Amino acid sequence: MLTKRIIPCLDIHDRKVTKGVKFQNNIVLGDPVELASRYYEEGCDELVFYDITASAHDRPTDIEMVRDVARAVRIPFAVGGGIASLDDMSRILLAGAEKVSVNSLAVRNPAIIAEGAKALGSQCIVLGMDPVAVNKPECPSGYEITVRGFREHTGLDALEWAKKAVDLGAGEIVVNSVDADGTRQGFEIDLTRMIAENVPVPVVASGGGGCAQHLVDVFEQAHADAAIIAGMIHTGEFTIPDIKRELAEAGVPIRQKW
Amino acid sequence: MIAIIDYRAGNLTSVRLAFETLGIDAEITDEPARVRAADRVVFPGVGAAGASMAALNNLEMVDAIRDVVGRNVPFLGICVGTQVAFERSEEDDGVECIGLLPGTVKLFRPSDRFDKVPQMGWNGVTQCVPHPIFDGIEDNSEFYFVHSYYPAPADESCVLGRTDYAGVSFASVIGKGSLVATQFHPEKSGRLGLRLLDNFCKWEP
Repeated sequence: MLTKRIIPCLDIHDRKVTKGVKFQNNIVLGDPVELASRYYEEGCDELVFYDITASAHDRPTDIEMVRDVARAVRIPFAVGGGIASLDDMSRILLAGAEKVSVNSLAVRNPAIIAEGAKALGSQCIVLGMDPVAVNKPECPSGYEITVRGFREHTGLDALEWAKKAVDLGAGEIVVNSVDADGTRQGFEIDLTRMIAENVPVPVVASGGGGCAQHLVDVFEQAHADAAIIAGMIHTGEFTIPDIKRELAEAGVPIRQKW
Repeated sequence: MIAIIDYRAGNLTSVRLAFETLGIDAEITDEPARVRAADRVVFPGVGAAGASMAALNNLEMVDAIRDVVGRNVPFLGICVGTQVAFERSEEDDGVECIGLLPGTVKLFRPSDRFDKVPQMGWNGVTQCVPHPIFDGIEDNSEFYFVHSYYPAPADESCVLGRTDYAGVSFASVIGKGSLVATQFHPEKSGRLGLRLLDNFCKWEP
């Protein structure tokens, strides 16, 4: 049986892992390669790195860091932030990442999804989206896509955007709820389920994970294929083996030997 | 020398790094002569079967592959490398493949809308028969899969391991003579994947 994936997210700021709430008040948590190696040893199923400095300041992604991570872990990882072109995607994959995640770039230039999928394969093009709950006629799903660290509203309906991205060739969608992000009060179930029900590709829930039960809920109720976690493990409050044990006890299919 | 065949079908960085981690020398090559001269051959692949076969034909690699397998040289197929080792694939409106293994490659057609295509993630492999490739790997261990098509061997005796997804129990590890092939990516499957690659490097078929 295909198991549900647990994906630690490492936000990178000047080659350090940081954690903030809603992209604010970032505190330094450590070295990306050290943290990645630790989570790999502890049995995480995949990793994701967001180069938030690159994204916020139009700088290129830190390729040296991608290379160092690729040498340290033997599981798939995705990289997002600072990707401006097909060349950038290609460089990140050649450095050893399994996937690239595009967000703002895809909103500005949706054709990049199709170009990436054609040149590099759909399976390595992830669409990251940051939807926020709204009550606007142009967003019939009730969620609007934001970009640039939630600062800009785009007028795009979240569900329409997800379907369009898949039509263009996105192989996976990360649904990062703006409202739940950093709250550790649970994933946004309705939003995640709505996307998971309506696209044929895997959907990754992100934002709000604070304990193992939140993961059980998003896997069972929202049918997410994977979940991104950050604060709950970065603080040391929970470990990946503990979370996996609880998930297995709750009957969620999970990888337990590594 | 271990040759890793580079036929421009996807990114070989992970395969190269996996062998580096194991401390095993392996040469990435697109030259049929280097492949013929190798003691072992790794045949990876990511992408579409049609483009992969076109690239292999352009490089005149198919005869070299048939030659090494015919001489009982240990040969490891991975993902699309595994798929094009069959007779044909349903991908790209039907592609004639190398035909080292009897059977075809089929598309997942799930009836449950939550069974996504591609299958992406860690799934268990049930070991059907003992094989040196499984040394030190517990039955039903998980490996990392990313694929929309799956192998359907015509000869059940080739099936070394099976995996369940989208309503089918498909052959995820296939073996015949000196050829062994996995649908999953051992190079991205953590410690157990490394163990499988190490087993391959020690295997004397």
